[in-house]
Amino acid sequence: MTAALRFDPIRLPAECEVLRKEVRAFLAEEVARGTFDPHSPQGGDIDVPGFSKRVGERGWIGMTWPRKYGGHERSFLERYVVTEEMRVANAPTRRFFVADRQSGPVLLKYAPEHIKMDILPRICRGEVCFSIGMSEPNSGSDLFAAKTKATKTDGGYLINGTKIWTSAAHVANYMLAIFRTSPPTKENRRHGLTQFLVDMKTPGIKVNPIGQLTGKADFNEVVFTDAFVPDDHALGEIDGAWKQATSELAYERSGPERFLETYYVLTELVRALGEAPDTRGAEGIGRLVAQLHTMRRMSVSVAGMLHAGKEPVVEASIVKDIGTVWEQQLPQRVRDLAAFVEPDASNHEILDTVLPFAMKVAPKLTIQGGTTEVLRGIIARGLGLR
Amino acid sequence: MAESENIVVATAEKIFADLADAQTINRDKNGAWKAPLWQALTEAGLPLSWVSEDCGGSGASLAEGFGVLGAAGRFAIAVPLAETMLAGWLLAQARISSPEAEMTVAPAGPKDRITLHADGSLSGRARGVPFAKAAKHIAVLASGSGGFSIALVDAVKVRIEAGLNLAGDDSDAVSFDHVQPVAIKPAPKGFDQTTLMLMGGVARSLQIAGAMESMLDISVRYSNERVAFEKKISKFQAVQHNLARLAGETAAAMTAASSAADTIANAASFDDAVFLEATAAKIRCAEAAEKGAAIAHQVHGAIGYTLEHILHRFTMRALAWRDDFGSESYWAVELGKRVAARGADELWPLVASR
Repeated sequence: MTAALRFDPIRLPAECEVLRKEVRAFLAEEVARGTFDPHSPQGGDIDVPGFSKRVGERGWIGMTWPRKYGGHERSFLERYVVTEEMRVANAPTRRFFVADRQSGPVLLKYAPEHIKMDILPRICRGEVCFSIGMSEPNSGSDLFAAKTKATKTDGGYLINGTKIWTSAAHVANYMLAIFRTSPPTKENRRHGLTQFLVDMKTPGIKVNPIGQLTGKADFNEVVFTDAFVPDDHALGEIDGAWKQATSELAYERSGPERFLETYYVLTELVRALGEAPDTRGAEGIGRLVAQLHTMRRMSVSVAGMLHAGKEPVVEASIVKDIGTVWEQQLPQRVRDLAAFVEPDASNHEILDTVLPFAMKVAPKLTIQGGTTEVLRGIIARGLGLR
Repeated sequence: MAESENIVVATAEKIFADLADAQTINRDKNGAWKAPLWQALTEAGLPLSWVSEDCGGSGASLAEGFGVLGAAGRFAIAVPLAETMLAGWLLAQARISSPEAEMTVAPAGPKDRITLHADGSLSGRARGVPFAKAAKHIAVLASGSGGFSIALVDAVKVRIEAGLNLAGDDSDAVSFDHVQPVAIKPAPKGFDQTTLMLMGGVARSLQIAGAMESMLDISVRYSNERVAFEKKISKFQAVQHNLARLAGETAAAMTAASSAADTIANAASFDDAVFLEATAAKIRCAEAAEKGAAIAHQVHGAIGYTLEHILHRFTMRALAWRDDFGSESYWAVELGKRVAARGADELWPLVASR
């Protein structure tokens, strides 16, 4: 075959199901004590420090990391279960989720020992929040057009420029960002960017929240004016950030968060259509469940291949492409299928509340973390087309 | 083509590659390729993969047989291999020995019923039975006053109204009018028509997924050869993105089908897990076939619309196979009803259990 796609029928091992029960019990307790509302999709974005600390106490942050850094040396598949259960429950994971998924692993790989010993255990305890500084006003999908400068000075670098669309920067303790340390070369336009760890308390950093069409403001413009970052906060090869980005992307792209973002509207559709839906309703639910099941099986398959040390880069991009398009269309499909519910019935009250939010969230799902267009480009490259 | 690690599947792949190359078959207007292919498959014991040795088969595992069906899909094989395998599997459920030669199964749709009379004869009509005209025997699932029975019927005893599916393969209506079977035994406890439809549906899902792997392969290759506007069409972003979507649909079909096959191969019975996996596979593979076939044709342009080009062998079969053993619409309604009856808060536990 020109394109040898692999999606082995991998199952989550038995220890995952024990863990799943523990996570469900924990989340039920949290709901009971009023930490979050499982019927509110905004829960995932609400910052509840107490919740993060309790998740940390259970050992569910940094699950796969070495014990010496506060981790728990559990499997990637166990982490998968925790992630999907929290996502489906609309649990407030924002404080730790980005650090757990991508910032921690980058630090583990590229940060000096004393920084790892300082920050990683605090991530695992649910104490610190990370943001990711990639996009700039004139550099989004085209990452390598980034212009924000890190200029060498005594003992470190001075940062000048602007990052934008930076989720959670207004509450984050740290940012992992790429800054320009050298101009690109003629031969390699990707050359010249370096990855840095930035303490958000550093003088010279101004965070300006940007209002979103949902009415919330949880992404930001972050302006750097002579902000000092010490030498040991440069991560990995100077000018060589482009070599570091790719291998982690498979983890970032194929997780359950890439198709469960609007899942709650499907649950509420089933509630709204009742125990004995008509043919139209039943067919609609059946197709959506078949699509969801298939998505999840693809995602678990990629997780299993990653766990086994493989690098399913194309497969992971396919999961994110199909998954985000699905979760984006889901609210529209649900709206169609719920068109004939009895107006006075009470079983669609929750749906009525959450559907507008899902509709408003939908447009961003195929943009954040790699647009559909970028993903399809990666898949095309994997197919040997470019 | 993907080299299989399993010896049974690798044997099937070798036979298909040697005797069922799509170009050769497509040029052969008289069907001269069929007899040698069937003979080689029979000699390798593949049509009776799922029949134990003491019942006249080769006793391969369910998983191996499913692997053979995926390979058959990749070659868009148009001989009754899947049908004979299913027939042998059905007969084996009642410990009825399988005869040599081509077989098919009836009914092949969830709405058709074959009735068992008190005198042991069978009546009823089954539509869209694949390869009935070519079959020497038909494995029948019939319902009588005492529940379901499994029967082996000589094909000369039934009336066949010939029909063709989208790909031009036999898909016939089979009428039983007080037909005395060669052998008949009660079906095992819990085995009903849904069981047969789910098994048939997973077979078709694997074939569709296989055909889509080939559609992707052929389309990618063509886009890297065809030049338009002074460059290979694979260099146009619009074409690249279409092919990326075809890869996504192919991946979804492969995943859904192999996951369902894996579930049946490891299940003690056709339980809720099998129902979810098998129905989801048929639904998702059928949806993938619709989207995928359209893209494969779009990439090929007019040449892919010709009889001369092999593309139609894969696209039309993938589309035709959607109709057998319950269409995606039928199964979506059935799955939707079950999900609704369980209740909204039981949906996630069901999905997460797989």
